[in-house]
Amino acid sequence: MTGVAEDTGYAVRMRGVHKAFNGVPVLHGVDFELRRGEVHALLGENGAGKSTLMKILQGVYSLDSGEIVVDGQAVRLTSTHDARAAGIGMVFQEFSLVPTLSVAKNIFLGREPRHRGGLLDDGESVRRARQLFAHMGAELDPRAAVGSLSTAYWQLTEIAKALAQDARVLIMDEPTASLAKHEVEALFALVGRLKAAGISIIYISHRMEEVYRVADRVTVLRDGRRVIAAPLSEVSPAQLIEHIIGRQMEHALVWHERAVDRSGTPILELRHVSAGPRVRDVSLTVHRGEILGLAGLMGSGRTELARCLFGIDRVRSGQVLVNGRQVQLTSPRAAIAAGLALIPEDRRAQGLVLDHSVRDNLLLPLLPGLRRGPLLDDRRGGRTARSLIEQLRIRVANPSRPVRLLSGGNQQKVVIAKWLATDPTVLVMDEPTVGVDVGTKSEIVSTIRELADQGRAIIVISSELPELLAVSDRIVVLRAGAVDRELDRRDIPDEEHLQMAIQGV
Amino acid sequence: MTAPTASPPTPSEPPAAASPSRRPPLVDLVRRSDWRAYVIYIAFVLVFLFFSVLLHGSGFLSGNNLLNIFRQTATISVMAVAMTFVIAAAEIDLSVGAVAGLASVVTAMSIKDSGPVAGVLAGLALGLAVGVLNGGLVTLLGIPSFLVTLGMLGIASGVAMWITSSAPQPILNDAFNNIFGSGTVAGLPVLLVWTVVFVAVGAVVLTKTGFGRRVLATGGNRVAAEFTGINTRRVKFTVLVVSSVVASVAGMLYAGRLQSGRFQWGAGDELSVIAAVILGGTSLFGGSGAVIGSLFGSLLMGLINNGLILAGLDVSQQQVVRGVIIILAVAVARRR
Repeated sequence: MTGVAEDTGYAVRMRGVHKAFNGVPVLHGVDFELRRGEVHALLGENGAGKSTLMKILQGVYSLDSGEIVVDGQAVRLTSTHDARAAGIGMVFQEFSLVPTLSVAKNIFLGREPRHRGGLLDDGESVRRARQLFAHMGAELDPRAAVGSLSTAYWQLTEIAKALAQDARVLIMDEPTASLAKHEVEALFALVGRLKAAGISIIYISHRMEEVYRVADRVTVLRDGRRVIAAPLSEVSPAQLIEHIIGRQMEHALVWHERAVDRSGTPILELRHVSAGPRVRDVSLTVHRGEILGLAGLMGSGRTELARCLFGIDRVRSGQVLVNGRQVQLTSPRAAIAAGLALIPEDRRAQGLVLDHSVRDNLLLPLLPGLRRGPLLDDRRGGRTARSLIEQLRIRVANPSRPVRLLSGGNQQKVVIAKWLATDPTVLVMDEPTVGVDVGTKSEIVSTIRELADQGRAIIVISSELPELLAVSDRIVVLRAGAVDRELDRRDIPDEEHLQMAIQGV
Repeated sequence: MTAPTASPPTPSEPPAAASPSRRPPLVDLVRRSDWRAYVIYIAFVLVFLFFSVLLHGSGFLSGNNLLNIFRQTATISVMAVAMTFVIAAAEIDLSVGAVAGLASVVTAMSIKDSGPVAGVLAGLALGLAVGVLNGGLVTLLGIPSFLVTLGMLGIASGVAMWITSSAPQPILNDAFNNIFGSGTVAGLPVLLVWTVVFVAVGAVVLTKTGFGRRVLATGGNRVAAEFTGINTRRVKFTVLVVSSVVASVAGMLYAGRLQSGRFQWGAGDELSVIAAVILGGTSLFGGSGAVIGSLFGSLLMGLINNGLILAGLDVSQQQVVRGVIIILAVAVARRR
């Protein structure tokens, strides 16, 4: 940390921040100001540069050019240690706590109070942790192992850890995403207390209504640029959404109206399905050849619904019908047998064996059918793999190359192809284009259309609204695990309209 | 903040399980699950009582026999103390038994050439050198400790056979043999004293010092530890060095007790040491560790060996029974 003192009312000032990854610019000279003792909402679509900007402030990335002033001091943040020393605390979603240690030990990790002889004084840690929690108005036993606690308590522990390090700036990234309703209220109360104590908070969220409740001012980023910074009292939710989305629809993704016959028995029907911790009383239908989009905020139950359709989370009540016949989705195997396939959200972790070849990945769900006697029929396997590669236009020179060498888009195609091989009647895709470039995105969108044209019923879950609008025939908006509304694609004029529906404005 | 008074839902726990108790909600939870951490003590007492009844006429309970159990398990107990740190840091050291054997012959040969002080220093230097090699390969080159120490196991035992032409190296120095083997301190066997010293130091370091806390943090969540400013590579390096140095001390305890250095001393001990540590309640996945538990894990296995010998079982049967008891204890202690 170096720099000269300079009087400002700002806790943090970032000016002209540029950052590029591998020559691809992500931030184009972004300015950001956080006043002392305010809650400042930072908004923008996925990929707008929010997390890059925040990681620069946390010292995880270094900036290419620009300056950062913390409390009037120009600082250079080259490590997370620098950021902490400058008084910037981070409330990470999950990875900054040690689950096997107690709450108190986590809070004081690396700066433990000691006895005069130099041995650690855990009693003192517990006492100080109690004081901190009392100060925060939170009730939590500092001796409990963090691993045995729920997300809400992890967050409290992280906040306490930051405060114990004298953080004056807290960054909260989607802090309510995995909280229950009463926990959200408790968090808001805590944010109020922290603010009153002079702590400045950067609050990242996709939920408009939360932002209006807790934040004083707002900064919106779009395509790596700041498009507005203003007090929230001066902008309406509709204006904010417009700033977030931008007027220009430069996306390569265009909607085509498709003819869907909804007269027969739906291929998939859910009747009052409740499942897992999140999904509540969901009823919906998908017809032959139809693409149904599932929209909703993070934590609205989209992914959980997909998990229950694939037999991972147990259906607690209600019925699932495939082609009019009720099915019991007790395991992924049962779901596959019923004709369902799930293309999971995290393809690298859940969809692919990365070190195995493209061919082996493609054939994995087909192995029982490829046997000749007790052995695998290699030639038939090779033919099947080649035809799948052709069908989905997967760009790979040689099917025996490991999947990890493929681009994100091609990896995703392998996952899709892998499940096509089982010839599912219902295909559920969770965030099918995450981390995929625009060109591949539109290819995946047209692949999805082709799959529907072949007579399948398809459910697409996506946080990226342009993509959802391009591909869906109908869109169901989930909110707190329940169906909030169901929209015919023809009745949605633009992205803004859908964004409003999702926000419930 | 009106914090939830009932324990909030976690993925593994349905919301219905929440109870509006006045106590902090987690106290109950911890109480309910923590008995598993004491499985080793429960098992120890049960096995002890079992043999006391079964073998009451065979001298099992005689003071001398009980001290014998300490003598026979001293080397395993001492290595288990260091292994607790290694496993708590989510690493493994398979080379301890072979390093102990090599240290015993190096010490024995050096004593013959240059006297007991040089012998002890040579043994310690050997442990240090192997530890630095292990730790360096793991932390600098990023090779998994399982592979590095598996290779080192072969190297160390091979070298021990090579330099001695597989012949025992007798130690005729009484001072050395007393201090490291057969002597007594205030009427207690010196091997018991060594065990107590190592366990006491290990227990304090693991629970009461910054280093111990860094070891647990590194094993529990390496990324979090790094983000908290802990140099996790240094932690891993240190535990591997200490493990080898302690293994060399164990080799000297073998040499003192058996009045010779020999490549077979310690052969296969790595499995007993790891079993003792895991039985003692240290998580094989890192992040938690119990030094005193490791001592009791070692004593439990010694107890079983001793009891089975007195009961007249032969070595092959002892191994089967010991294997069954280890699996049972770990299965019972396993957290869901």
